Amino acid sequence: MILTLAFRNLFHDRIRLAVTLVGILFSIVLVAVQLGLYLGASNMITANIDHAKADLWIAAYGAKSFEDGGMLLTPRERHQALATPGVKAVIPLVVRFAEWRKPEGGSTRVVLVGTDAEDGGLVPFDLVEGTWEDIKAPEAIAVDKTYLNELGIKGLGDTAQIANGRVRVRALTDGVRSFTQSPYAYTTLNRSRALFGDSDNTTFYLVQLQPGANVQKVQHELASRLEGAEVLTHEEFRDRSLKQWLFRTGAGVALIGGALLGSLVGTVIVAQTLYSSTKDHLSEFATLRALGSSSGYIHKVILAQAGISAVVGYLLGISIALTILVFSRNTALPMVMTPGLAFWLFALTVGMCAISALSAIVKVTKIDPATVFNR
Amino acid sequence: MSSEPVLEAIDIVKELGSGAGKVRAVKGASLTLVPGELTLLMGPSGSGKTTLLSILGCILTPTSGTLRIAGVDTTKLGPEEMADLRRKHMGFIFQSYNLFPTLTALENVRIALDVRGQKGFAAANRSEEVLRDVGLAYRLKSYPGNLSGGEQQRVAVARAIASSPSIVLADEPTAALDGENGHAVMALLARIAKEQHRSVLAVTHDPRTLSYADRVVRIEDGRIVGEERRPEGLDAPEIADLTKRRKAHA
Repeated sequence: MILTLAFRNLFHDRIRLAVTLVGILFSIVLVAVQLGLYLGASNMITANIDHAKADLWIAAYGAKSFEDGGMLLTPRERHQALATPGVKAVIPLVVRFAEWRKPEGGSTRVVLVGTDAEDGGLVPFDLVEGTWEDIKAPEAIAVDKTYLNELGIKGLGDTAQIANGRVRVRALTDGVRSFTQSPYAYTTLNRSRALFGDSDNTTFYLVQLQPGANVQKVQHELASRLEGAEVLTHEEFRDRSLKQWLFRTGAGVALIGGALLGSLVGTVIVAQTLYSSTKDHLSEFATLRALGSSSGYIHKVILAQAGISAVVGYLLGISIALTILVFSRNTALPMVMTPGLAFWLFALTVGMCAISALSAIVKVTKIDPATVFNR
Repeated sequence: MSSEPVLEAIDIVKELGSGAGKVRAVKGASLTLVPGELTLLMGPSGSGKTTLLSILGCILTPTSGTLRIAGVDTTKLGPEEMADLRRKHMGFIFQSYNLFPTLTALENVRIALDVRGQKGFAAANRSEEVLRDVGLAYRLKSYPGNLSGGEQQRVAVARAIASSPSIVLADEPTAALDGENGHAVMALLARIAKEQHRSVLAVTHDPRTLSYADRVVRIEDGRIVGEERRPEGLDAPEIADLTKRRKAHA
């Protein structure tokens, strides 16, 4: 009967119910979009780091992120690293911002990634047209389909100018977005060096360890041998990149702030509605109390009202959020929804509604059952 | 059947308000209820009858005096323990019926069982049984808004007796009803007292109810000023005549 009464109390006043549901829905959609974009941005920022097969990253001291590695490293650091016990391989990786001059005129910035797939470091991923073998061809480069317009090209075979040389698109990736909005362009290590006029410098060294080697121990040993370079674990480099783009730029703070604002607005709307619903049904709660119900029973009715609102509001909200997700797929910043986020959003909705119920519970706690004789 | 008192109120005093606005609404009232009797508590408006009913129903606590329900002294009980006593021993009927507008007649009765922990089919069957008993078998699925005043009060009676409480307290049960429905509800309360061996106390100032009473307790200015009992062997109309004769004699 608790659920029946809660359900009827809610559905008795449909306009108020609609207001509540819109409040929850608005809140869920806002939080889902903000956190979905946050996750999407995080995935973009860390995609290359996550795809690289490295136990440790060697970067110039003060490297801020994957795209902003700072000073270049020399072969000296590589030789020192290779001489460190526990190290199996040290793979160079060039990552640098470069000017992409469009064939029809104009230019844009790209993040040029020079890698040798045979070394087993970072292999261009999500290739949908062309292969690594195609990228090894003279002048070859791979870019993402999403950015073809921005790069001023139509597809495979088109040429452009990067720094000192000409490049030809020989492979296409799909879904490799860049948070910096400077598209990634993948080529071989040597070609990337040639384009910048460098012979053997590099942005990062990807360190692969021998089986059974202790990551922390090797990291410590490498750090003591390499002056002016930092040695970071996969997680540390990931966190640093996220911190750089999401928090130092303020983008992440804005997304999280939006999510918090959404939760707050939702909580206030649900609280206001539950409170006024409880106030309207106060005489019925007083009757329940006079009939001998415990205060716990009445609290359960209010919490059930909050729970029903949460479930219905969540289902509506998540449906709209998923629709937005589908539409965002081909944009520069696609939204991401994971089962974990969906569950977290549900928990947030229930928590939000439970907190909202508190004001109503406080109100109902003050009921004087004697009022039943005064009606 | 036991005729031990199920409710004993001794020298009940109730003060309402505070400071200069303090009013003594009940001034030392004593009353006992036994099973099988319909007792009327009658008095003019403002005489303290509803306040006394609230105290007897464990809804208000007295300022002083002793109230025992089924032998339990309520003097030092907290709100939750008082609610527990109401749940175990009492059924209430209110002047304005106090039905839940969003629940059907059947659900209105079921909820009274639900707060007592009686759930499921057994509760549904019992609710249907008492609604049939008060003559509302044809109105089980009706909402209060679709019921007449008399029907609503009968639902309230069914709700009050569904859990078989030893005490049924009614506040002006006929005040909002026309003559026919008023008589029907009082007859129902009298039958509940007699056939189900319960103590029924009805607060009223409706003279139509007198003929159904086993006992009439009169309250004025917060004090019990008199008590009349229906002589053994007299039926309902006779007690009504008796009351008239007593008034004429006085």
